[in-house]
Amino acid sequence: MPAPIRLRELIRTIRTARTQAEEREMIQKECAAIRSSFREEDNTYRCRNVAKLLYMHMLGYPAHFGQLECLKLIASQKFTDKRIGYLGAMLLLDERQDVHLLMTNCIKNDLNHSTQYVQGLALCTLGCMGSSEMCRDLAGEVEKLLKTSNSYLRKKAALCAVHVIRKVPELMEMFLPATKNLLSEKNHGVLHTSVVLLTEMCERSPDMLAHFRKLVPQLVRILKNLIMSGYSPEHDVSGISDPFLQVRILRLLRILGRSDDDSSEAMNDILAQVATNTETSKNVGNAILYETVLTIMDIKSESGLRVLAINILGRFLLNNDKNIRYVALTSLLKTVQTDHNAVQRHRSTIVDCLKDLDVSIKRRAMELSFALVNGNNIRGMMKELLYFLDSCDPEFKADCASGVFLAAEKYAPSKRWHIDTIMRVLTTAGSYVRDDSVPNLIQLITNSVEMHAYTVQRLYKALLDDISQQPLVQVASWCIGEYGDLLVSGQCEEEEPIQDEVLDVLEGLLVSNLSTPVTRGYSLTAIMKLSTRFTSVNRIKKVVSIYGSTSLILYCCNDPISSWISFNFHLTECPLSVCQTFQLQLLSPSSNVVPALNQGTVTQVIRVLNPQKQQLRMRIKLTYTLKGSPVQDLAEVNNFPPQSWQ
Amino acid sequence: MMRFLLLFSRQGKLRLQKWFTPMAEREKKKIIRDMTSAVLARQPRSCNFLHWKDLKIIYKRYASLYFCLAIEDQENELLALEVIHRYVELLDKYFGNVCELDIIFNFEKAYFILDEFLMGGEIQETSKQIVNRCIESSDMLQETMEEYMSKPAF
Repeated sequence: MPAPIRLRELIRTIRTARTQAEEREMIQKECAAIRSSFREEDNTYRCRNVAKLLYMHMLGYPAHFGQLECLKLIASQKFTDKRIGYLGAMLLLDERQDVHLLMTNCIKNDLNHSTQYVQGLALCTLGCMGSSEMCRDLAGEVEKLLKTSNSYLRKKAALCAVHVIRKVPELMEMFLPATKNLLSEKNHGVLHTSVVLLTEMCERSPDMLAHFRKLVPQLVRILKNLIMSGYSPEHDVSGISDPFLQVRILRLLRILGRSDDDSSEAMNDILAQVATNTETSKNVGNAILYETVLTIMDIKSESGLRVLAINILGRFLLNNDKNIRYVALTSLLKTVQTDHNAVQRHRSTIVDCLKDLDVSIKRRAMELSFALVNGNNIRGMMKELLYFLDSCDPEFKADCASGVFLAAEKYAPSKRWHIDTIMRVLTTAGSYVRDDSVPNLIQLITNSVEMHAYTVQRLYKALLDDISQQPLVQVASWCIGEYGDLLVSGQCEEEEPIQDEVLDVLEGLLVSNLSTPVTRGYSLTAIMKLSTRFTSVNRIKKVVSIYGSTSLILYCCNDPISSWISFNFHLTECPLSVCQTFQLQLLSPSSNVVPALNQGTVTQVIRVLNPQKQQLRMRIKLTYTLKGSPVQDLAEVNNFPPQSWQ
Repeated sequence: MMRFLLLFSRQGKLRLQKWFTPMAEREKKKIIRDMTSAVLARQPRSCNFLHWKDLKIIYKRYASLYFCLAIEDQENELLALEVIHRYVELLDKYFGNVCELDIIFNFEKAYFILDEFLMGGEIQETSKQIVNRCIESSDMLQETMEEYMSKPAF
């Protein structure tokens, strides 16, 4: 049998395929060859074949038939085989496959191998994908290697221990003795992984945390040496000595100082030193500053240090680098609750970020801006936020509109300002307003009694301009239905419309293609309500009868303040109507005529579907003429037995 | 910790995948699809961070390759950029002016280098020289040097 094609030859061949089908054919052919080679238990070329399989796996093709072959490679004596075998195991195997446990013995042997690079392979594989069972079996070996003087192995053993602890937290104790001298190491690799191990232990166990607090002075010393030491070519990154280690130490200090006054005090000076001395011209320096700020904000630092930290974030906001502006906004968002006043000082810079071109930055700036709104700055902030709402991308509009409503509700300086703000949102971003805003806005308007005339006039005007934005149209319709009398009576500042004009507008909504069924329901209900406020009752009856007799969905608003059902005997059987919490079906009344002199009754059945188990209430409005004069009678039924709706 | 590292081309072809937590094959494929579409859709001058589920995704383009690193929420994004940069430097030192073709034809070496730099989602070695020395020494142990070191003409 000829030698199997070499890995890089195969790669080159596959890359010449011009179509997906051609590639698949090549892959299938090669897989078949590899399979038969595996079946023949060919030791010489097993490594080559598995490597090829790994390449094909990366292209997205199945490679599970190579799993056992990886194990055979791991068990081989050749380093080349082991290297590919372990790589294959990490790529093709995981703890879900039972076959992975077969690795345990090989790994155990290799952990004790005479060549450190073989030991390294075993540690790496165990530390990346070792299952809980494997970790239990091999934890002892890892612990042994954690105490070796070989720094190459020690650093890997530390991270392997981290993995073991993550998989089997109960084993954490057994690594405690080995941690004793870890920080006295000079080797940065060992130092770094040791700090990671200590961090993991402290995060998982309050006892460990208390135990390791005594390391704070040592950590402070190491950090100080890193900052003060001269140029070290081995660890230098743009003039900073081992930024990775610095950041890790800062993080461990954060955890150790978190709820402890003494530890926090012990690290106060070094934090101030890092905060003021770190070079900020490159990303690497800012990465360290960022970590320092996070640490300062999380421990029990004195107020001067906290202000220093927030000012660093403020400077970040002015940085040309987008990434730095972004992390500044994210961090400020985290601290805005606890250090509100300090963050407020940077409000104008934050608001400027609303105009940033980057989408992620804009979003953060928007969230932070809303967090900074208070009674003192509401007018100015709202101006900026409404401007933002006007010009921002659609993906922001819904959240921004909600935010504006919330802020306005909390801090509105006057009712008129409040209504104006709502109007502005509805007219500029009306289609993005959330569905639940509509009933909330209706509630708000209802409660602002002195603003009813102003509100209905403004909403009516808005409708004249634009009927495409459904939430606006719905709120406007509702208002007109409720306060239509104020609209036409001359109580408004501008020239009042006449009744027919108003009905024209509402009818226009009914027929418009732009109106959703819910909107049509709102406008029909409004028209019906106006039958008691307007005099053009005939016109209204005609409209209602037209739409009542088609299969249009009738919407009955269940708003407890003003909901009522019109007993209009011109209505024929109505189809199921849709409301937000109730579904109503009005069946035909038993008769069109109520007998005189109490000689009989008319019954009409209303079926109510109440899935949210809201309390049932009914308001009945009767209008009739008595001796030529119109009479109106209102009745309310509030005593539906609880069983009927609970 | 870091959760995964992906390298892919501008056409979305995967060049390297390192997973630091166990995951089903199906899930990995979905994540690769999500990452490539999310990163390739980014505007040219956006910041290098985006959010995906509960993770922060740090991505950076070097020539024709996108490096995409997923980190947990408490990790430092700016440092993650340095991690990516360090890996690129290591590749560059090893291959000499590294390009995408080097990674394609020598993917196993890219993994070997990565496994000396990171482990279990954490940084293993912070010195460039030590990582390079280890890789070179390991390479010397290879029994079939010719096959390993062969560089076919592209």
